[in-house]
Amino acid sequence: MYVDRHIGHEPPESLDDVPLYAARKAIYPQSVKGTYRTVRWIVLIATLGIYYLLPFVRYDRGPNAPHQAVLIDLPGRRFYFFFIEIWPQEVYYITGLLILAAVALFLMNAVAGRVWCGYLCPQTVWTDLFYAIERLIEGDRREHMRRDRAPWTLDKAGRKLVKHFLWLMVAWWTGGAWVLYFADAPTLVKQLATGQAPLIAYAWIGILTLTTYTLAGHMREQVCLYMCPWPRIQAALTDEHALNVTYRYDRGEPRGSVKKNEQLREQGLPAGDCIDCLQCVNVCPTGVDIREGASLGCIQCGLCIDACDAVMRKLGQPTRLIAYDTDANVRRRLEHKPTSIRIVRPRTLVYAGVIAIVGAIMLAALATRASVGINVIHDRNPMFVRLSDGAIRNAYTVRILNKRIEPRRFAFAADGVAGANVDIVGIATPPDGDHAIEVGPDQTREFRVLVTVPRALAQDANPIAFTVVDRNTGEAARASDHFFAP
Amino acid sequence: MSPDKPGVDPVTGASTTGHEWDGLTELNTPLPRWWLWLFYATIVWAIGYWIVYPAWPLIASYSHGILAWNSRAAIVTDLSDLKAQRGPLMDKLAAASLGQIIADPQLLDFARAVGKSAFAENCAACHGAGGGGAKGYPNLNDDYWLWGGKLADIEQTINHGVRSSDEQTRMGSMPAFGRDGMLKRSEISAVADYVRSLSGLPTPNANLPFGQKVFADNCAVCHGPEGKGNRELGAPNLTSGIWLYGPGNDIIMDGITNGRGAVMPAWAGRLDPTTIKALAVYVYSLGGGEK
Repeated sequence: MYVDRHIGHEPPESLDDVPLYAARKAIYPQSVKGTYRTVRWIVLIATLGIYYLLPFVRYDRGPNAPHQAVLIDLPGRRFYFFFIEIWPQEVYYITGLLILAAVALFLMNAVAGRVWCGYLCPQTVWTDLFYAIERLIEGDRREHMRRDRAPWTLDKAGRKLVKHFLWLMVAWWTGGAWVLYFADAPTLVKQLATGQAPLIAYAWIGILTLTTYTLAGHMREQVCLYMCPWPRIQAALTDEHALNVTYRYDRGEPRGSVKKNEQLREQGLPAGDCIDCLQCVNVCPTGVDIREGASLGCIQCGLCIDACDAVMRKLGQPTRLIAYDTDANVRRRLEHKPTSIRIVRPRTLVYAGVIAIVGAIMLAALATRASVGINVIHDRNPMFVRLSDGAIRNAYTVRILNKRIEPRRFAFAADGVAGANVDIVGIATPPDGDHAIEVGPDQTREFRVLVTVPRALAQDANPIAFTVVDRNTGEAARASDHFFAP
Repeated sequence: MSPDKPGVDPVTGASTTGHEWDGLTELNTPLPRWWLWLFYATIVWAIGYWIVYPAWPLIASYSHGILAWNSRAAIVTDLSDLKAQRGPLMDKLAAASLGQIIADPQLLDFARAVGKSAFAENCAACHGAGGGGAKGYPNLNDDYWLWGGKLADIEQTINHGVRSSDEQTRMGSMPAFGRDGMLKRSEISAVADYVRSLSGLPTPNANLPFGQKVFADNCAVCHGPEGKGNRELGAPNLTSGIWLYGPGNDIIMDGITNGRGAVMPAWAGRLDPTTIKALAVYVYSLGGGEK
C-alpha cells in the first residue's frame, strides 16, 4: 500500500502539498529458488491442473444422467459431483460447504497466517503464473527494469506484444474452462471450435478473459491491497501465536552492511545478521518489506525466506533469518526465554471442532439423503368442500420426488382420518384402493388428491399423513397435514 | 500541531492529514490512482449507455437509443418465446376432444396448468382463487351443479354464460313472487319453512302442509314436485343441503320475494376455444366433475 513516508525529513507544509491519489509503484519481482518457491510451483500446477482439466473427467451414472463428473446443469437445475447429485432445494449442502470453507480459512490463519493468500488464492496463483510468463519474455528483474527505462525499440515492443498475447491466451483458456463446468465439456469444446456454441458461452468466456487478464496481468497486488476483504478480516482474527512469515529482528538488528557490522562486532558493539541487501524486498510479489513486520500487503508466500536463505548460505551464516515464526517467539528470544510453537491452543481447537461437527453433519445428511420425497399443500381456498350428501372433502396438491435416475413405482396412501376415501385426479382408483404412481427418472410428479369423509365421521383439524412407498425397495417418505371440517 | 497542518506519525513515519480528534490523528493514505480512473470509466460508461439505451426525456418523447430497446417489446418477445415453447402441447390440446384430454395424463396436467392460470385471470374475481365460490357465486369444488357437471356441460356454460347476452346462453329465472304480488307474505314464510325442511333443516312452529301446498302450486313447475330441481332451467335442487345464497330463513324469503337471477358472462368471444377447453378441464378436475 502506498504510504507517504517522511522519516528523516519534514512533513509537508499544508494538505495542499499532499497527493490525494497515488500512482501504482511498478513491481519487478526477482526470480528466486528455494523451498517455498517449490511449494508454490507444486500448488500452482495442482490447482490450475484441477481447474483446467476437471470438466473433462467422466463419471458413468447410467443412461438417464450426464456422464460428466462435475457438472452444474442450470437448465435441468441439478448439480453433479461424482456420486453426489444435488437438487435446488438441497442448496443447504452448499451452505454447509461455505461454512466449512470459512472455518477452514480461520483455522489455516490460526495455524500459519495467510496460507490461503500466499499459496491457494486464485488471485495469487494466476498472478504468479502471469509473472512467470512476464519473466520468460521480458527477462528477470534487472533486465526488465533496464528495458522499461530504455527508449522504445522494436525488440522491446515485440516482447511486450508477445507477453500480452500470451497473457490473453491464458486468460482466454481460463474463461473457456469456466464454461465447461456448465455443459458437457467435449461437446461444448467441439461447438466452441466450430462456432456453434450458445452465445452465453462466448459471453462468459469474454468476461472471464477480460477479468483474468486485468486482475492477474494488471491489478495484481492491488487486488490484495485495495479490493480484498480478507486481509482486513485476517488482521482482526490473528494472534501472536500464529506462524507468520517473520523477520527475526532479534537476530537481524541492528542491520548494516557486512563490513560495517564486522567492524561493530570487533568493537564489541551489537551488530545484527541482516546485511540490508534488500533481496527480500526484490523478490516480493507485492513489494513489501517484510522487515517492517506483517502488513496488509504481505501475502506470506515465503519467497523472502527463500531469498534471504540464499544470501545467508553465501555468507556462511545460519539460514532462516526470515522464517515462519511467531511474534511471541521473537519476544521470548529477546528475553532469553525458550521458544515454543503452539499449534494446539483453544482457538485452533474450536475451529477444528466446528469443522469436525459441520463435516460430520454434512456427511450424515449426505449418507442418509432420501431418494424419495413428498410435499403436500392443502388447498387454501376453499379449506373444505361440503358435498350434496353432506360429506366433507379436502383437496391437496401432492408432489412426489424421485431422486434416483431410474423410473420408480410408488404406493400412495393417506392415513389418520377414519372413513376417508382417497381419489387422485387423473389416476383411476384400483379396487383395493391402493394407488400406484409412477414417477420418471430424476423427476417430480404433481397431482391433486381429494380426501372425502362422510358427514358423521368428519372432525375438525384431524391430522392426516400422506405416505409414498417404493414398491421395490420399500423406501418411504411421509408428509403430515390436516383434514378440516366445518 | 495546528489542526490542519500535516504532521508525521511517530510509529510508522507516515504523514498525517493533521486532522485530530481527541488526540487521534488520521494517517494520510492516498487512494490509488486507478480508483480515479474507474470513476472516469463510469462516466464514459454512462455516456455509452445514453447512446445505446433510452435515457433522456424530451418534450414530446424521449431519446430511444440506437438499440431502440423498450420493455414492452421485450415482454412481447418473451411471450412469443413462451408460446413457441408451449407450441407442440398447445397444438395437441387444441386438437384433442375433452374426453381425450381427460384420458391422457400428460395432456390433463397441461390442460389443468393452462386452466389454472386462465381461471386466476378471468374467473377468480367472482368464484374465488380456488373456485371456492361466495354468496351468489357457485362453489366449483363440490359435486353440485346448477347447469350440469359433465365436461361438455361445463364447457357450454363457460362458452355461453348464464343469463348473458349470448344467444345460446343458459336461461331460466326465479320470479319475484313477493314483489310482483303473486304470493302473500304469510305464504312466502310458509313455503320458505317448507323449503328448509326439504334438506332436513329445523323449522320450528312451521305450518308445513300449507307450505307444501304453496310449493306445489307455484314452485314445483321449475324445482320439481319433490324439490329436486331442473338443470334445464338452472333451478336448484332444494334437497341437496348446498345453498348458493345461504340456508337462512330470511335469505330464502328474500329470494322468493325478490327473485334471483345471477349472471355469468359468455366467454366464447373473449377467450380462445383452447383456453376455454382447458378451463373446463380445470373446473371439472377441481373435484366435482360428473362422469
